[in-house]
Amino acid sequence: MTDIQLQGLTKSFKAPRGVVEAVKGIDIDISRGETVALLGPNGAGKSTTIDMLLGLLPPDRGSVSIFGLPAREAIDAGMVGAMLQTGALIRDLSVRELIAMMAALYPAPLPVDEVLSLTGVQDIADRRTQKLSGGQTQRVRFAVALASNPELLVLDEPTVAMDVEGRHAFWTTMREFAGRGKTVLFATHYLEEADAYADRAVLMARGTIVADGPTTEIKAMVGNRTIRATIPGADVADLEALPGVTSAEGRGEAAVLRCSDSDAAIRALLDRYPTARDVEIAGAGLEEAFLRLTGEERQAVAA
Amino acid sequence: MNASLAYTRYELLRTFRNARFFIFSLGFPIVLYYVIAGGNKNVSNLNGSGISAPLYFMVGLAAFGTMNAILAAGARISPERAVGWNRQLRITPLSVRAYFRAKVITGYLMALITLALLYAAGISLGVSLPAAKWLEMTALILVGLLPFVAMGIYFGHVLTPESIGPVMGGTTAFLSLLGGVWFPVSGTLHDIAQVLPSFWLVQASHVSLGGQAWGAKGWLIVAAWTAAMSALAARAYARDTQRV
Repeated sequence: MTDIQLQGLTKSFKAPRGVVEAVKGIDIDISRGETVALLGPNGAGKSTTIDMLLGLLPPDRGSVSIFGLPAREAIDAGMVGAMLQTGALIRDLSVRELIAMMAALYPAPLPVDEVLSLTGVQDIADRRTQKLSGGQTQRVRFAVALASNPELLVLDEPTVAMDVEGRHAFWTTMREFAGRGKTVLFATHYLEEADAYADRAVLMARGTIVADGPTTEIKAMVGNRTIRATIPGADVADLEALPGVTSAEGRGEAAVLRCSDSDAAIRALLDRYPTARDVEIAGAGLEEAFLRLTGEERQAVAA
Repeated sequence: MNASLAYTRYELLRTFRNARFFIFSLGFPIVLYYVIAGGNKNVSNLNGSGISAPLYFMVGLAAFGTMNAILAAGARISPERAVGWNRQLRITPLSVRAYFRAKVITGYLMALITLALLYAAGISLGVSLPAAKWLEMTALILVGLLPFVAMGIYFGHVLTPESIGPVMGGTTAFLSLLGGVWFPVSGTLHDIAQVLPSFWLVQASHVSLGGQAWGAKGWLIVAAWTAAMSALAARAYARDTQRV
């Protein structure tokens, strides 16, 4: 069931050196309740895609459908909340007044106090918006996005201005909100954020989608887990011959095995080398998947 | 409509909290009025205009104050654009029309308060008019402010928050001076002044002379400025849909 559909979205901009194709005909389907990361380096076309999704930028070609409606109608119905990449707050209102004002624009908003407590800004509710720190401003911007009680929450690189603690609190809130059956799409270039907080990642590079799937599946595409262990008396060639191992490196007694099937590899390793100790098995992480996939894309473009 | 009302309410609240804005568009004209008109409150025919000094300067400073208030309301679009607030609003059900309406209502409300304060000051210096004349004069000033509504919105879209202060200050200084806010203009200046919208704001004081304060010429010039500034504002807005 597709609830949010981006179809054949294309957008070019005029630049000093000719026309730049920022988004080259992408398709993304999202189901209600999914949390999807739009992942890619700067300049991949993430913000342009989000602007088109929100109706802030008309696509050259392609269409957007949000719960069966065009973007504008979905927004008017109060179904969409967004935290844009850049933006501050208007001054001369308290945090509470700002959220109340935004809530008043929507047909069925969340109660103001619930928004304040959800985003952890009750303690600064009576402070004027121009007197907030950078991290506090981000939290209030998040509160603005949640005020309408949206079905679809769109976040464009939301944690850029936050410190580590702020990020953690932010994602906890996002998960809590998503847990209410809401759909979330967030853009990020932090690979670990996509890995940790999304069900699914859409990888963008140079205006195209280079991969789209569950974050675990994306990791599996690049395959691979790594076993690190201290293995007395092991030989690199023997380790490479173990089932499920694609390559091995050894330095003294420490060995690193890259595996296509880490389950088979660890069984064989412990069977063959019962004295192996300090065993660690780690996933490759999206970082590696990302470099691999965008690297392939670059080669394809060069060829 | 509820959304529109709510937004207007908070827009007004924000305006009333902006101390600098308040002092300049409300306090400043009053103080200047007493300084300029207080000294010659017994002059009954200012520079041969046929209008008493307290009345002439009351309307002159009302023109100055309301022009400032109306321009400033539109000009506040500039900092809101700069911080991306207009994009945030565009993803709410609030229509662009309602957003502009809130600015215009705020500007006009400030203008009305300015008028009320200056009328009270004028009466304290002996200005006296029949009720119908007060109303006619007020109506002319409110209509005469229309070009400034569009001008403020235009400035708000084409100027950065850094440049908008000097541009607005220069514009109001120039339009006040030539429009006859500080003294009745005559000769060549008078010919130039007649094509400016500020001249016709000040000219509203001519209701005291009987007959028509504006005449066809005044209405035509105010209408032309309103049309031209509205076209500029509409074009600036249309170009402004991109990320800032």
